[in-house]
Amino acid sequence: MARSTTPRRKAMFTVFAWAVGLLLFFPILWTVLTSFKTEAEAIASPPSFLGFHWTFENYVTVQERSNYGRHFWNSVVISVGSTVLGVLIAVPAAWAMAFVPGKRTRDVLMWMLSTKMLPPVGVLIPIYLIFRDLGLLDTKFGLVIVLMLINLPIIVWMLYTYFKEIPGEILEACRMDGAGLREEIIHVLTPMAVPGIASTLLLNVILAWNEAFWTLNLTAAKAAPLTAFIASYSSPEGLFYAKLSAASTMAIAPIMILGWFSQKQLVRGLTFGAVK
Amino acid sequence: MTRLTSALLGATAICALSAAVHAETITIATVNNGDMIRMQGLTEDFTKDHPDIELEWVTLEENVLRQRVTTDIATKGGQYDVLTIGNYEVPIWAKQGWLLALDDMPEGYDAADLLPAIAGGISVDGTLYAAPFYGESAMIMYRTDLMEKAGMEMPTSPTWSQVMDAAKAMTDKDNEIYGICLRGKAGWGENMAFITAMANSYGARWFDMEWKPEFTGPQWTATLTDYLTMMNEYGPPGASSNGFNENLALFQQGKCGMWIDATVAASFVTGPDSTVADSVGFAQFPNKDGIDNHGHWLWSWNLAIPASSAKADAAKAFVAWATSKHYTELVAANEGWAAAPPGTRKSLYDNPEYLKVAPFAEMTLFSIDAVDTSAPSVQEIPYTGSQFVAIPEFQGIGTAVGQQFAAALAGQVTAEQALQSAQQLTEREMRKAGYPK
Repeated sequence: MARSTTPRRKAMFTVFAWAVGLLLFFPILWTVLTSFKTEAEAIASPPSFLGFHWTFENYVTVQERSNYGRHFWNSVVISVGSTVLGVLIAVPAAWAMAFVPGKRTRDVLMWMLSTKMLPPVGVLIPIYLIFRDLGLLDTKFGLVIVLMLINLPIIVWMLYTYFKEIPGEILEACRMDGAGLREEIIHVLTPMAVPGIASTLLLNVILAWNEAFWTLNLTAAKAAPLTAFIASYSSPEGLFYAKLSAASTMAIAPIMILGWFSQKQLVRGLTFGAVK
Repeated sequence: MTRLTSALLGATAICALSAAVHAETITIATVNNGDMIRMQGLTEDFTKDHPDIELEWVTLEENVLRQRVTTDIATKGGQYDVLTIGNYEVPIWAKQGWLLALDDMPEGYDAADLLPAIAGGISVDGTLYAAPFYGESAMIMYRTDLMEKAGMEMPTSPTWSQVMDAAKAMTDKDNEIYGICLRGKAGWGENMAFITAMANSYGARWFDMEWKPEFTGPQWTATLTDYLTMMNEYGPPGASSNGFNENLALFQQGKCGMWIDATVAASFVTGPDSTVADSVGFAQFPNKDGIDNHGHWLWSWNLAIPASSAKADAAKAFVAWATSKHYTELVAANEGWAAAPPGTRKSLYDNPEYLKVAPFAEMTLFSIDAVDTSAPSVQEIPYTGSQFVAIPEFQGIGTAVGQQFAAALAGQVTAEQALQSAQQLTEREMRKAGYPK
């Protein structure tokens, strides 16, 4: 039975939701505002919210000093490449776990998730040495592989959850109609799970875009993505907050725009199967 | 167009193409600071004379850079041909055989012109393993107007008692003026850089000759007690999260009577962003009454070449250019003498043009010259260093001890508890690291 919602209660929820939303959004807003201040205004105390001298100088400086286009392109290749590769591997894996579970399927899933619990720095040296020997240091291909492996457990888990919601009878029916395994996955299962796959893709693109440990440690000049671009604007001696804010705004803008336009799909996919 | 002209143009194009094909690219890892960024903008001067060398820059925040280049050099990853590293890393890495000796710099480099203290900090057994790009010691930067108002005069080489008296006299909390601003943020290169130098000037030492830490001794106790007293009574609120940049901002806004920190800050506090640029004086890092030690703070950013670099000749040509007298003159010609990288060459401090625009130059040189990295404490010690101990374990231990001292500053533990914890954790880490070796 649906619970009745009084207008007063609804208004309270709305105010609360807005308050939480603004609280979460405030650091981003502050970063954007700081990017339009001078370095002196950026560290002024008390800080000024809107009544400062607005300037584009920081964006001009950042453009002059860094090759934003190259960092941006590297981020796109690395995040999209690792996500697509991860989904290609995860779809059959999640299919097997959802529709042909074995005695240890649950354990395998838990084991996959447990790999996320190891601090990345614990395997930095072995991975660095492997990359050095394979010539993968400072290459986009190397980062695609690493980020795919890092996010694979999440991709498998998400797809497994979505696939579990699809009635097995539909797959049985298509098998009876003579479909092979390949047709079953490509032509029946995948189209039915499109919302789930789309939200998995989006979430993992965001995760890969924001990944800052491996992308900083395995790159130098050629494959460095936007995380390295941001890291180049922090300084231990000298004022840098305004320029760092401009660089951060430029780095997060593409992924924020992507998230904004795809928020419906993202929420739909993330809540898929949450309500029965 | 005649056939001959066509042939000549074609040959020129082929030559240009082949030069581009054969150009050697060197990758330079560097920190984000004004001097390094300026150098990136002036590299055309280098590539013009070395058309066969292309430069690729990797600019990172100091801690990220340190982690990146340490991983790379320790694993012989070979991603960088030139590294920007501090005088903390140079002797440690040189002893590991990770750095190329720079004892055969090109003619005209004039290594004898390097300041002895700076050159000594990046040499092992008399051999240079890096070339200094800029250097710094620490000194007092104080407000001459506030001192005058308080009816006091700052000596050239004050003691800590005099500094505390001045801090007390200048403090006016109602008007947000704090007598003294010091580093409080935890970190081996943050609060521990200052507190270690202060401890040196109090006659303390990190380790005795058996590598046993001495935090519970009287010198360290006096150091931390006085540091906390100054910060709590005359310092700004929230000082446990203040590092170089936060104190710089406070000083520039006229909220600090004194700031004791790196000499490189002098150009900022007298620069165009400072509201108190015209009323800043300089004095030597203080010493405890009766102890002839002014902290021995010394830091330099240096360019070094990994021993494993396959492009050592090209890298050396670049390092020689970037740290030469010619480069200093190039900066001066482009941006004025005030922008010249300080603290590395004697000739800069003999230059009247530089002295005219840098009122802090004399005290900077005086402070650097007073440093002896082989004897930073008045007591006998088994290590070298300055505001750090030049052993690989210091980064971890220094940061952990810094957290204890920052907790004491924030009022979470007492000075005694912080020193006790520092003693215990340092003993434990040194034992684990196998000291004494």
